[in-house]
Amino acid sequence: MTQARTLFEKVWDQHVIVQEKASPAVLYIDLHLIHEVTSPQAFTGLRQRGLKVRRPDRTVATMDHSTPTTPLSVPMLDTQAASQLSMLEENCQEFGIELHKLGSKKQGIVHVIGPEMGLVQPGMTIVCGDSHTATHGAFGTLAFGIGTSEVEHVLATQSLLQHKPKTYEVRIDGQLARGVSAKDIILALLSKIGVHGGTGHVFEYTGSAIRGLSMEERMTVCNMSIEGGARAGMVAPDETTYEYLAGREFAPQGDEWDQAVARWKDLPTDEGATYDNSVTLDTSDLAPMITYGTNPGLGMQVTERIPDPDKLPNVNERQALEKALNYMALKPGQPLLDHPVDVVFIGSCTNSRISDLRLAAGLIKDRKVAEGVRMLVVPGSQSVKRQAEAEGLDEVFKNAGAEWREAGCSMCIAMNGDQLEPGQYAVSTSNRNFEGRQGKGGRTFLASPLTAAATAINGRITDARSMLQ
Amino acid sequence: MQKFDTLRSKLIPLPHNNIDTDQIIPARYLKVTDKSGLAEGLFTDWRYEDDGSPKEDFVLNDDRYQEANILLAGDNFGCGSSREHAPWALVGWGVQAVVSTSFADIFKSNALKNGLLPVVVDEETHQSLFDLTEEAPDAEVHIDLGAQEMTLPDGSTVEFPVDAFAKSCLLAGVDQLGYIQSFDEHITSYEQERAIFG
Repeated sequence: MTQARTLFEKVWDQHVIVQEKASPAVLYIDLHLIHEVTSPQAFTGLRQRGLKVRRPDRTVATMDHSTPTTPLSVPMLDTQAASQLSMLEENCQEFGIELHKLGSKKQGIVHVIGPEMGLVQPGMTIVCGDSHTATHGAFGTLAFGIGTSEVEHVLATQSLLQHKPKTYEVRIDGQLARGVSAKDIILALLSKIGVHGGTGHVFEYTGSAIRGLSMEERMTVCNMSIEGGARAGMVAPDETTYEYLAGREFAPQGDEWDQAVARWKDLPTDEGATYDNSVTLDTSDLAPMITYGTNPGLGMQVTERIPDPDKLPNVNERQALEKALNYMALKPGQPLLDHPVDVVFIGSCTNSRISDLRLAAGLIKDRKVAEGVRMLVVPGSQSVKRQAEAEGLDEVFKNAGAEWREAGCSMCIAMNGDQLEPGQYAVSTSNRNFEGRQGKGGRTFLASPLTAAATAINGRITDARSMLQ
Repeated sequence: MQKFDTLRSKLIPLPHNNIDTDQIIPARYLKVTDKSGLAEGLFTDWRYEDDGSPKEDFVLNDDRYQEANILLAGDNFGCGSSREHAPWALVGWGVQAVVSTSFADIFKSNALKNGLLPVVVDEETHQSLFDLTEEAPDAEVHIDLGAQEMTLPDGSTVEFPVDAFAKSCLLAGVDQLGYIQSFDEHITSYEQERAIFG
């Protein structure tokens, strides 16, 4: 009888090409996603060594990080970003890589377009020069972010050197109350384990609450695994996964589909398999979450008050919280409900999919964004944008006074013209509230699309449950 | 890759936990297409006032540390994004080793590929090093990668862990791609077998 294995161990074992003693494993990579920001130096390295891209057919490129989200007809003023985009285009042309460039039908955030095209399939290994590659783990893939040196390694060899990480079961059980979403689950987890609770590990999300989530919601959860220090987060594939994948452009068809599903059904963790670490979370009492500090682990329920640094036992944590509250210009004991905001951002690889936009639009419909508040809605891909427009969601947002933009990373990373002004407060559906992340001096509250929408209408941080009928 | 064997330097104290890669180098500096010139962006929002003048109280602006090469940072250094621009910026400024109690996985992996040594020490040693930077800010420590040892000014030594494979690459100054390429035939046969099974 073979040893019981976890989902991670099965995918890992299947992809180890060579494992020499005292060396990292040579791991085969099934899909390599690239974008304009972390790839130029890797292509330069290939050229310097006279190497080719080993598997251009397993490499897919898009433009998302430094791209403006204004219409193409608006001239691109940032010459540095423009040259980065044209370099990606030249690199893809020279090395034979499919590129979804600005203005093309399938362009969008790298972690949104991979799944929607059906490129991401259970059991795969997927890498990208972006830490939110963890997103794709929602399909039962081993997907993680890599640096540019590693981008070059994968371009050249379709393989990567990796030490086997440890496993970590994140068991999430319970029902989700109305107004509480996948984003609240992951923010609650991060507030529990902190930003390095998962370092050295791969999360596997299990439990009834995870089973009950849609694929898009699972992607939201897996996306922020890296904010807990875990390079990857996985969910075992099930009927929800197959239903999402069936019929997508790059998903297997006909007999191949049946064979693929049969293979995928072997992936879930065996009974009796053990993890190196574990944590449990019950969602039954979960409320909408919001962050108050300058890392994603500093979060609380939206109805709670900001913790007092003086009550923390550890001197380092105390100083860290004081520094964070100083940057945020917030006080211990202060509630966040009714705190005024300047900007509301709905978008990013965490929350820019059609279900996110539907949730936000459902709340905003027939209401107006508060005066003085700028609301930016940025669909994750051109495909999401078209779908939203077909459903009239763009009109809902525009009628409310929000800006409806082209697909891209936008204000999540503030390197494309969409950014906060110094001192501004934003409720953002993105994934990072680090100092200056959304613009130098900007202050970010991370929250769900529902919380963001409710806040936009009131101009103040709002418990969305109070606005749901 | 820059070779690393031994290093003697003052410690540059930066006693914040969870220093993320957006602090090490903000995203607006990531629009470059090569690796040079990033030192200018290193800790830029902590280092400069809005008018571009240096912030007097920031440690990298202290004359004492202009030639120093070892950063002593709080727990979980380098969390956040996968940008290799973070080690490129640190190395570009002159940092060759970072000492902390822990490092984020991707940052550590990126650092080791750029001749930047992450030195993990226990909490007690970590605190004593910060104490040292207050009591004797000009004191130097000596790092010996081969011996995996850091020698403190009082002559005492602290061992630190380093992955054996990364260590041999650092000592030789070679990058890891050559090692993967040496398995080219294995990769080819793996691809052929996978193609059969779909």
